Amino acid sequence: MATMNMLQAINNALDIAMAEDEKVICFGEDVGIFGGVFRATSHLQEKHGKARCFNTPLVEQGIIGFANGLAAQGSVPVAEIQFADYIFPAFDQIVNETAKFRYRSGDLFNVGGLTIRTPYGGGIAGGLYHSQSPEAYFTHTPGLKVVVPRNPYQAKGLLLAAIRDPDPVLFLEPKRLYRAAVGEVPEEDYQLPIGEADITKEGTDISVVGWGAQMEVIGKAVELAEEQGIACEVIDLRTLLPWDADTVVESVLKTGRLVVSHEAPLTGGFAGEVAATIQERCFLYLESPIARVTGLDTPFPLVLEKEYLPDHLKIFEAIRESVNF
Amino acid sequence: MMTQYVHQPAFMTGDEVTIPTFGLLNPDGKLYGGAVEPALERHHARRIYQAMLATRVLDERMMAAQRQGRLSFYMQCTGEEAAVVGATAALNDADMIMAQYREQGALMYRGFSIDEFMNQLFGNELDYGKGRQMPIHYGSRKLHYMTISSPLATQIPQATGYAYGQKLAGQGHCTLTFFGEGAASEGDFHAALNMAAVHQVPVIFFCRNNGYAISTPAVEQYAADGIAPRAFGYLMHVIRVDGNDVLAVYEATRQAREIAVEHNQPVLIEAMSYRLAAHSSSDDPSGYRSKDEEALWRAKDPLLRLQKWLLNKQWWSEEEEVSQQETLRRDVLDTMKRAEKRSSPPLDSLISDVYADITPALQRQFDQLKRHIRRYPEAYPRGATSLDLDVGAETDSQGEA
Repeated sequence: MATMNMLQAINNALDIAMAEDEKVICFGEDVGIFGGVFRATSHLQEKHGKARCFNTPLVEQGIIGFANGLAAQGSVPVAEIQFADYIFPAFDQIVNETAKFRYRSGDLFNVGGLTIRTPYGGGIAGGLYHSQSPEAYFTHTPGLKVVVPRNPYQAKGLLLAAIRDPDPVLFLEPKRLYRAAVGEVPEEDYQLPIGEADITKEGTDISVVGWGAQMEVIGKAVELAEEQGIACEVIDLRTLLPWDADTVVESVLKTGRLVVSHEAPLTGGFAGEVAATIQERCFLYLESPIARVTGLDTPFPLVLEKEYLPDHLKIFEAIRESVNF
Repeated sequence: MMTQYVHQPAFMTGDEVTIPTFGLLNPDGKLYGGAVEPALERHHARRIYQAMLATRVLDERMMAAQRQGRLSFYMQCTGEEAAVVGATAALNDADMIMAQYREQGALMYRGFSIDEFMNQLFGNELDYGKGRQMPIHYGSRKLHYMTISSPLATQIPQATGYAYGQKLAGQGHCTLTFFGEGAASEGDFHAALNMAAVHQVPVIFFCRNNGYAISTPAVEQYAADGIAPRAFGYLMHVIRVDGNDVLAVYEATRQAREIAVEHNQPVLIEAMSYRLAAHSSSDDPSGYRSKDEEALWRAKDPLLRLQKWLLNKQWWSEEEEVSQQETLRRDVLDTMKRAEKRSSPPLDSLISDVYADITPALQRQFDQLKRHIRRYPEAYPRGATSLDLDVGAETDSQGEA
C-alpha cells in the first residue's frame, strides 16, 4: 500500500495500463511534457514515449474524433478533455459516434477501447465554465458507460477497469478531490467492477445515494444525522450508466426512505432517474417521498457558489424531513 | 473559375507561398528603412500608449493581489498589449469587439474605468456580470465589448453572425474578434471563416499568435506556417504583422477595417507575439519553457518600443512616464481596496437572468433555499446578509400593496 492523492492514483493507473499494453495511448491538451493542467499524466511521456503520450492541438471534437478512429483500429485510447465544461465541442463525436459505433455497424466495428477522462464539478471557485457536472447529458446516451470515482482507491481501480472494459467509458474525475482526497492505494494492478454500486455504510432508517465528490458531502451529512440517532445507509453508485438499481432497490426495501444528491441542476438530473426507478420498484415500501438534493436550475454561479451547492446541511435537512415525514 | 487541366500529377503543399510579416518599428523604436509612418496624431498615439501602460500596471498589481490571496484568479495580457491595443485603436469606438479573455487592453483603450475592472475582478454588487463569472470575464455594452465566455473559440463564429447583422443594419460598423493560435485549432474557427467569406461579412479575425496554448507550443499546435495561410482556403484577405509593433498592428487593422466595412469582405490578421506571463495565475511556465526564451521576448517588449518612438517625437517624456506609472499604481491599489470591501451581489442574483422571467420551478427552489439559509444563516454569510435586506424589501412592497 502507498498513500496517494487522487491525481497520483490516476497517474499510477495510467502508468500501469500503458506498461502492460502498448496499445494504450494517452493524449489531450497539455498532457505531454507538462503532464496535463492537473498533472494527471505527469511523466507518462518520459516513460512511454512521445508516440504514446502527447499533446494534441486545441480541439475537443478533434481529440474525440481521433480517439474514435484510433479505437476502431484496435488501439486503446485514453483521451483527456481538460475540463468537463469543454467537452461539448466533442458532443457529436461522443453521442453520435462513440456511443453508436458498435450498434450501427452490427458489431463489425466498435470503439470499446476508448476511455474519455475529464475533470468535473464545483467547489473550486470556478464559476460557470470550470464547475459543471454534465453527467446527465451522457447518461441519456445508450452505448456509453459513465463512471465516477469518489476517492483515490476507487479512482485507480475503476480507471483500470474502464480502460480494459469492452465498451467506451466516460470517466468523470471529481477535480475538487484531486489533491484533497488522500488515501491508501495498493501499488499493484487491481480493478473495481463497473456497473456495481458500493455500500459505503450500512444503516436501517434511510438510504442516501450519490457519486463522486458528493460522497464526501453526504458523509458529513450522515454524521450529523447519526448524532440524532438516524441510521443511514450510504450508497456510492460509482457507475451511472448502466447503474446498479438492484443495490439501491434492496436498500430502500429495507429503509423505506431515499435521498439522492448531485451538484448538477435538479431538472433532468440523474437523481430523477434514480427516483423514478425506485418508486416504481419500491412503491409499497416507501415511507416518505424520495428527496433530491441538487444544484438549482441555473448555470453554475461563482460568488454565491456556497448558496448554490447541495452541501451537507441541505442533505442533512432532507434526511431529517424524510425521517419525520 | 475555369478548370485548368495538367497532364502530370502536380501536388502542392502551400510552400509555394510565403507570408511576410508587416513591421514598421524596429525593436529600438525607429522606423525601418522604407517604412511609412501611419497617420497617427499625437493625442491618439498617447491614448494608445497610455492604454498599454495602464494595462501593464493593472496586470502587475492584480497578479500580485492574486498571489496575496486577495483575488481568486487572474490572467495577464503582458507582452501582447501592442497587438490588443493597436488593433482596437484602429477601429471605430462603436465597432464590436468579441474577445477571448486576454484582451483587457481593448477595454482600457475604450475607457473602461479601473473601478469597472475591479468590480468584475472582485465580483461585487457593482459587477455588471453580477458576480457570476471568474475574474477577467469583463463585458461592457456601452463600450461595445461582448462579455467574455471561457470556452475557447465560441466567439469567432458569433463575430461572423454579429457582423452580418451590422452589414444589414448599414451603419458602417464591423466586428473584430480576438483569439489565440491555440483557439484557432477549434472547429469554430474554421466554421467562422468559411461563413464570413461565403456571406461577405464585415468581420476582422484577429489572431494573437503568442506562441503557447497553456503549455502547448505553437509547433505542436499546427504544422503549417502559422494561422495566416488558412485564409487562402476561404479566399479571404490576410496579413501577418509583428504583434509587438503597435504602429504596424494599428496600420494593418486600419486597412483591414476599410476592406471589411467598405467592401464587406472579412480579413484575417495574424499578429506574432509572445505570452510573457504565465497562462494564468494557476499556471507555472517553468515546467515547459526556458527563462532564456522568455528573456529573448522580454527584450522585444512592445511598450518599450512604442515608448522610444514617442520619446523621439517628444510626444512623451521620462517625467511623464514616472508620474503616470505612479498615478496608475496608486489608482489601482486604492480602487482595489474599495472594490473588495463592497457587498456581494444579492441572493436573488442566483436565479435572475437564467430566463427573461423566473420560472415557477426555479422560484420554488429559491424559496426553499431562503428557508434553508434562514435556518443556518452562519453557514451562508453572503446569502444571509443579503436575505436580511430582502426581508426588509419584501415587507416594504407588501406595505405598499
